[in-house]
Amino acid sequence: MMSNLSKYRYLILRRIVQITILVLFWGANRYGWKVLVGNLSTAKVLDSFYLADPLAVLQILATGTIISLDILIGVLIIVIFYGLITGRSFCSWVCPINIVTDSAAWLRKKGYGEKGNKYLKLPKSMRYYVLGLALILSLVLGVAAYEVINPIGITVREIVFGFGISATVLILIFLFDLFVLKNGFCGHICPVGGFYSLISKFRLLKVHLENDKCTSCMDCKTVCPEVQVLGIVGKKSGDISQGACTNCGRCIEVCEDDALRFKFF
Amino acid sequence: MENKDSSKISRGDLLKGIVKKGGLMMLGGLPWAAYVEENKEEEFVLRPPGAVDEKKFVESCIKCGICVEECPYDTLKLAKPGDDALTGTPFFTPRDIPCYMCTDIPCVEACPTDSLLKDLVSDDNNDKYDINKAEMGVAVIDRKNCLAYWGIRCDACYRACPLLDEAIVLNFERNKRTGKHAMMKPEVNADICTGCGMCEHACITEKASIFVLPREKALGKVNDDYIKGWDEEDESRLDSNNIYIDKNQVEKSTLDYLNDTGSLLNDE
Ligand code: SF4
Ligand code: SF4
Ligand code: SF4
Ligand code: SF4
Ligand code: SF4
Repeated sequence: MMSNLSKYRYLILRRIVQITILVLFWGANRYGWKVLVGNLSTAKVLDSFYLADPLAVLQILATGTIISLDILIGVLIIVIFYGLITGRSFCSWVCPINIVTDSAAWLRKKGYGEKGNKYLKLPKSMRYYVLGLALILSLVLGVAAYEVINPIGITVREIVFGFGISATVLILIFLFDLFVLKNGFCGHICPVGGFYSLISKFRLLKVHLENDKCTSCMDCKTVCPEVQVLGIVGKKSGDISQGACTNCGRCIEVCEDDALRFKFF
Repeated sequence: MENKDSSKISRGDLLKGIVKKGGLMMLGGLPWAAYVEENKEEEFVLRPPGAVDEKKFVESCIKCGICVEECPYDTLKLAKPGDDALTGTPFFTPRDIPCYMCTDIPCVEACPTDSLLKDLVSDDNNDKYDINKAEMGVAVIDRKNCLAYWGIRCDACYRACPLLDEAIVLNFERNKRTGKHAMMKPEVNADICTGCGMCEHACITEKASIFVLPREKALGKVNDDYIKGWDEEDESRLDSNNIYIDKNQVEKSTLDYLNDTGSLLNDE
């Protein structure tokens, strides 16, 4: 049992972090807690400073609007935190959509979903085009274009401001991931994940592979939402350095041979 | 981009790939753009006090909802898909909950993006809040259904208005039908009304017969040809709007016109 639990240690921790953040936002609206006020696009922390979603701000800038210094500092904190320290960990530790797409991936692995991406093939790089397009559309239409359809924003607002989860978007994403394309939304489309992938190349926190211990069972590759980043597994020791790795730690916890671990610096 | 053998792809292929994917994205961008365009053209939305004009507002609001959380009356809501406002932006529906015109305007105070601008709801020195400066909208009366215009006594909106006797006044008139009663007809003064919607909230008809509309929707606009000469403030419109007639150009074009006999002589 204990060993079983330790196979999910990061997963459990991640869910706790993800849910705590939502609860804090929710409590801010419901009871006036001051820890995290706002939502994932912009939040006021402990009534003293702001955190802001860099992609949302980029879109606002693209509309030609000048943004306040408070918000710019908030963006800077986020960019430094994810880009230079913890990588694309927003995706696996904060974003609530991740719970939905992880579930779809899990069911797929259990054999419930569609097998082998028969219906649709999309390049992983597609998210960067979505990102580019989001900025172009913001410029042309004069409104932050992705924020209008961003399922993260829609979902978080529904939870935090309590209009009840209509869940339509979530169900669509779930079905898409389960029956149309493996890791479809987070791995191919979401420009937020794309943005953090782009800035996370030089992060400090990385998964490290000791290839001598690796028995090439490829368990890590079956759980990884961004398999392409595990290219070195079974070949040579080193860091998983590609920005697309979400630092979810799934590969580490499933590895029976202790070949993978988190490494700082 | 993350293709393992990207090193083996020639530059030409790469370029082709980019163009192809870019093209596909543009195609996908069309319905996206159409949806965004349609979503942002909600013209009858009422914004919190101090909101900059609608076009700027949809550009700058970051949809954080902090204004919503600060509002002690739960007046403000963030639009969800399907609401009559750009998704994620704050708005209010006075018939449900009006703006109670807090004197400390917590919603404006809290906005981190200047989408709700303090200057727009402060006194002339910009050092103290003055909620009466808010221009969220303007109340409009449907005289066909307002009971007071029927001659029935109702002054619910008049009494509900925080700017009682200023934003709404009652006009007393003889009730010609009965010949012995008075009519007390409410009338809105658009210069004073803030659009808070307390009148709309209070109106006793099934569907409110006084309701708030965005000022751009409810009010006309007079061009500079018509100036209230007796009103100094109105006269200042002349200076501020910078009416400048280039005499040379006018004379020249008039002369040209008179001299242009060609078209007169030309029979075709
Ligand atoms: S890819 Fe997008 S939706 Fe998926 S976890 Fe990351 S930010 Fe969330
Ligand atoms: S490499 Fe490991 S930590 Fe990175 S995304 Fe894959 S499973 Fe998660
Ligand atoms: S002025 Fe007060 S009641 Fe009106 S929207 Fe702002 S916080 Fe709410
Ligand atoms: S506080 Fe300002 S930026 Fe945030 S939702 Fe309200 S108006 Fe928009
Ligand atoms: S909206 Fe109605 S209640 Fe509010 S100031 Fe105008 S007339 Fe008065």
